[in-house]
Amino acid sequence: MTAVAAAVPAGTARSRQLAGTGVLLRLALRRDRVMIPAWVLGLGLVVASLGSSFEALYGTAAERAQLAGSMTTNGSMRALYGPVFSDSLGGLIAWRMAGFGAVLAAVMSLLIVVRHTREEEETGRQELLSAAMVGRRAPLTAALLAALLANAVLVVLIAAGLARSGRPAAGSLALGLAIGGTGMLFAGLAAIAAQLTESARMAKGLTGAVLGLAFALRGAGDAADATAGSPLTWAAPLGWAENLRAYADERWGALLLFLAGTALTVAAAYALTARRDLGMSFLPARPGPARAPRSLAGPFGLAWRLQRTTLGGWTLGYVCAGAVFGGIAKGASDMVGGNQRTREIFERMGGQARLTDAFLATMVGMLGMVAAIYAAGAVLRLRGEETADRAEPVLAGAVGRLRWAAGHLAVAYAGTVVVLGFGGLALGISYGISVGDAGRVGPVLAAALAQVPAVWTLTGLAVLAFGLLPRATTAVWAVVGGCLALGWIGPSLRLPQWAMDLSPYGHLPKLPGTHATAAPFVWLLALSAVFLAAGLAGFRRRDIG
Amino acid sequence: MTKPIAPAPAIRVDGLHKSFGRTRALDGLDLTVEAGEVHGFLGPNGAGKSTTIRVLLGLLRADRGTARLLDRDPWHDAVALHRRVAYVPGDVTLWRNLSGGEVIDLYGRLRGGMDRARRDELLERFELDPTKKGRTYSKGNRQKVALVAAFASDVDLLILDEPTSGLDPLMEEVFQTCVIEERDRGRTVLLSSHVLSEVEALCDRVSIIRKGRTVESGSLGELRHLTRTSIVAELAGPDGVPPAVAGGGLAALPGVHDLDVQGHRVRLQVDTGKLDAVLRSLATSGVRSLTSTPPTLEELFLRHYQDDVRGGADRDETAVAR
Repeated sequence: MTAVAAAVPAGTARSRQLAGTGVLLRLALRRDRVMIPAWVLGLGLVVASLGSSFEALYGTAAERAQLAGSMTTNGSMRALYGPVFSDSLGGLIAWRMAGFGAVLAAVMSLLIVVRHTREEEETGRQELLSAAMVGRRAPLTAALLAALLANAVLVVLIAAGLARSGRPAAGSLALGLAIGGTGMLFAGLAAIAAQLTESARMAKGLTGAVLGLAFALRGAGDAADATAGSPLTWAAPLGWAENLRAYADERWGALLLFLAGTALTVAAAYALTARRDLGMSFLPARPGPARAPRSLAGPFGLAWRLQRTTLGGWTLGYVCAGAVFGGIAKGASDMVGGNQRTREIFERMGGQARLTDAFLATMVGMLGMVAAIYAAGAVLRLRGEETADRAEPVLAGAVGRLRWAAGHLAVAYAGTVVVLGFGGLALGISYGISVGDAGRVGPVLAAALAQVPAVWTLTGLAVLAFGLLPRATTAVWAVVGGCLALGWIGPSLRLPQWAMDLSPYGHLPKLPGTHATAAPFVWLLALSAVFLAAGLAGFRRRDIG
Repeated sequence: MTKPIAPAPAIRVDGLHKSFGRTRALDGLDLTVEAGEVHGFLGPNGAGKSTTIRVLLGLLRADRGTARLLDRDPWHDAVALHRRVAYVPGDVTLWRNLSGGEVIDLYGRLRGGMDRARRDELLERFELDPTKKGRTYSKGNRQKVALVAAFASDVDLLILDEPTSGLDPLMEEVFQTCVIEERDRGRTVLLSSHVLSEVEALCDRVSIIRKGRTVESGSLGELRHLTRTSIVAELAGPDGVPPAVAGGGLAALPGVHDLDVQGHRVRLQVDTGKLDAVLRSLATSGVRSLTSTPPTLEELFLRHYQDDVRGGADRDETAVAR
């Protein structure tokens, strides 16, 4: 280095690395002109409008105190939503929305960041952009700014919406920041994942796995400790969101965790960017075999090869979640002892065993709902193969359309059974060990498998969309999301039964612990079969591409 | 022709129509490919070549018209037909986590089977490393994966849709050798291409399409007949004007264009079908030297797109015509 070179101000080199950020940001916002507003408005409105529904449902202090009391003493409810910190109207909104909103903000942020970083590199579009006046750090910066913008608007919408409906301003801001802060932290995590992996799919999967882990940790921590003070809760970003304690003597210090976490992850992502080439990753592709193994012989072998890693990841995740929830089930129901009135209610309903069953049934229900994400993703892999032009050469081989589709569908349908089976088995074994009763494994496993018909109904819906409306397959995600939202926030809104019945999960008996009849299963399976048949019939007839 | 009697053409398309919404991709397209020939399929971007190929592969259903592949229905008998057909798309996408060798074997198994020795020989000739994963191949190498899979497959018909985009000149030559070998084995090849020199070197017959319609079809010789040959001649004659010119003979002949006489040198363009009369007329003046240039495929091609080139109405097509 000569003295002249050293004399170049440091700011110049840095600003050169950021050259073109503005253009890329505008490009990102232009491309996401539907996606970001839909997420932000949808999420903001749901959170803000919950105020008026809660006001109508729990208008008196007595009603609210009763809800707060029963929810805080119920371990399975705490695992799902966290503890209630205040029985004010705001406190109940924060209790119900902090976790739900934070998870959705995290999903939105990880989608935005991966979409404008790794996905651009993977498709080769970034190469064209980077050959122009675009600095090395510009793409990542633009993606993070897009996420920041989306989360900032979300914070304003939530805070202003709740404050306008009469909630305290400080609490409204705290709830908004808890949700937006989680979003930004996951934007940072997604930025790291985008550097580590080679494909956008893997980057999303990796960040999603971290989100799932955070949810499980917080759930386990909250189930074990009614004051959200468990180390498990503090280990998870979703636990920070609830520990901001909106409307209940806000602990603003929790914001520092978000700030520090976001700063650290973003800095790590930048450091990784500087150390790699465009399009490359830190988990590089190894050479493969020169000849195909015997198993890779037809559409089934191909589908299995393409989807087995995803299925393995989901199965592993379900085993972990099942083991954690099974381990805390006993403790979660022990907690009830603290509240005289609730204990009486539960004892009337069937005592301790009944209460644990309710906890297990809630967990099984959650496993069932989330499994729809796996199943829909596995089915829509068909559409992904089609739009990526990889289906065409396969179908130009001696492979009928139905056989090609059947390969991926077998993975989707059987994979659902595998994922739920292993999750239920882990839940049952883990719970059986904690109470020293191996006889509990069977009923819990059966309860998990009883979710399969509901998952298959949504799976069938995905096949229907693929066969008849291939251009609208993204709508499947909206339906899956709607069913999740109904199951998650529907009950506390006291929605009418017909609304709950829109979701296939609304028709399932709460197992284990209740008596099951065959009728709902038969109906769901029949509906699933009709969807599947109609979807495949449509696919046989339509054009490919 | 020493070929045995071919009972039915390998591909026969009559009056094919296909629309995507308001876009008319095929508008009465005809195409006949005889068994055992290499058939060039030419046309600018968006002319309907790939749409035709997708109909022939049973991936798209035609709105109107008939298509026959190896004398069977490409839509209804798709699976049985595909055992005998190998297809190479213009833009090959591979699965990122499958190696090139795995993809080649997979395609072989999805077709009628694969000649292992030929597969390995082709890998060597195309200088392709089969152990790399899909993501790490360059465009040219992805193309080679599909080509090796097609040439090593045990099939009767090869459908190649702009197969050499991305290949370097050396590999282009390997490709041409392979196509000639395929023809010598009696296989039929439909070659859609923009590389006119490639088509000229390989194809027995060509079809030129435009806006979803066939505008020309035949052997290169037949097509050349429809265009002009340029002739440069130096004529004898002690002094003064050569008799052929003096008599106004050349200018008066039918089919002669752009006549230019400078002293003893004569330059002219003549409709190839009228060449005979021009040569006879020149001979009467005593030819000292004569250069006759047959029309190139490029000129042939350009002639069919001249309207577009001049009008500049369709920029896409102008660009293709270069």
